[in-house]
Amino acid sequence: MNVIYDVIDDFNEEYSDYHLEKTPNTILFGPGRQLDSLGFVNLIVAVEERLCDETGQSLTLADEKAMSRQNSPFRTIATLSEYIQSRLEEQS
Amino acid sequence: MSSQNVMLITGSRKGIGRRLVEYYTGKGWQVVGCSRKSAEDFKGYRHICLDVSDEKAVKDLFAMIRKEYGRLDVLVNNAGVASMNHSLLTSMETVQKVLNTNVVGTFLFCREAAKLMKKHKTGRIVNFSTVAVPLKLQGEAIYASSKAAVVSLTQVLAGEFAEYGITVNAIGPTPVKTDLINAVPDEKIADLLKQQIIGRLGTFDDIINVMDFFLNPASGFITGQVIYLGGVSG
Repeated sequence: MNVIYDVIDDFNEEYSDYHLEKTPNTILFGPGRQLDSLGFVNLIVAVEERLCDETGQSLTLADEKAMSRQNSPFRTIATLSEYIQSRLEEQS
Repeated sequence: MSSQNVMLITGSRKGIGRRLVEYYTGKGWQVVGCSRKSAEDFKGYRHICLDVSDEKAVKDLFAMIRKEYGRLDVLVNNAGVASMNHSLLTSMETVQKVLNTNVVGTFLFCREAAKLMKKHKTGRIVNFSTVAVPLKLQGEAIYASSKAAVVSLTQVLAGEFAEYGITVNAIGPTPVKTDLINAVPDEKIADLLKQQIIGRLGTFDDIINVMDFFLNPASGFITGQVIYLGGVSG
């Protein structure tokens, strides 16, 4: 979760159009989201990059499995965090 | 971190890719190159062995560029394989190999390069297509199809990456005397040249001229374009 919060700090600073709150229930994707589609792309790319820096693992988060799930793992910060955890465990 | 301009060239061990490495390192660029087989590093040049369609290897390469150079100014998607054969004699193995290198590889490198370039809100991507696309050359069904896909990628990605200040263009060379056409019979090459407005083989200088045009700082308004050599029209 801390990785995502760090990215959100940078993100809010870089993109003044957004102010994403650092809470587990903040909606990132789907109904009620603050981000437009490009903002979402930028956020996910920034999370991938931060993960690579901190874990040394290169993940592509938006892969086929993630996109075809009925409940999107990108829905909230909490679901994204769980998803990242599971992907990191898969890879290790 | 590099204060010099950084360029990544795929398929840089031999042929046009090698000549591009020599030309741009000679101009003071920091060049990173890659190919399946190894090649010597030298001043201004670093070589990485990888298969351009191996997603993990490609992501690791970009992670290295980000950490060690801190930037990427230009990507040249030069790596390519050809298959000159009648479609009835083309194996699935050949089909996969050509599509993996020419389409999957080009896509992966464009995607990862854009992630790195967008930080600096500038970047140039040059892809390699071929005159075999507009000439619809018989005997090159898979090769021409894969390079037609490169044209589509170029045009779509130009739109997607424009807001990041990244231009995406392609060059469509005529045959150039490299390993890629060594196995093609002379009469086939002669037939092809007859279909060009200017009926000769391309040279490295012809390619460099277009490359330099796309990379020129004044070409920031040029994107989604394909320039075919020899007077061939798209």
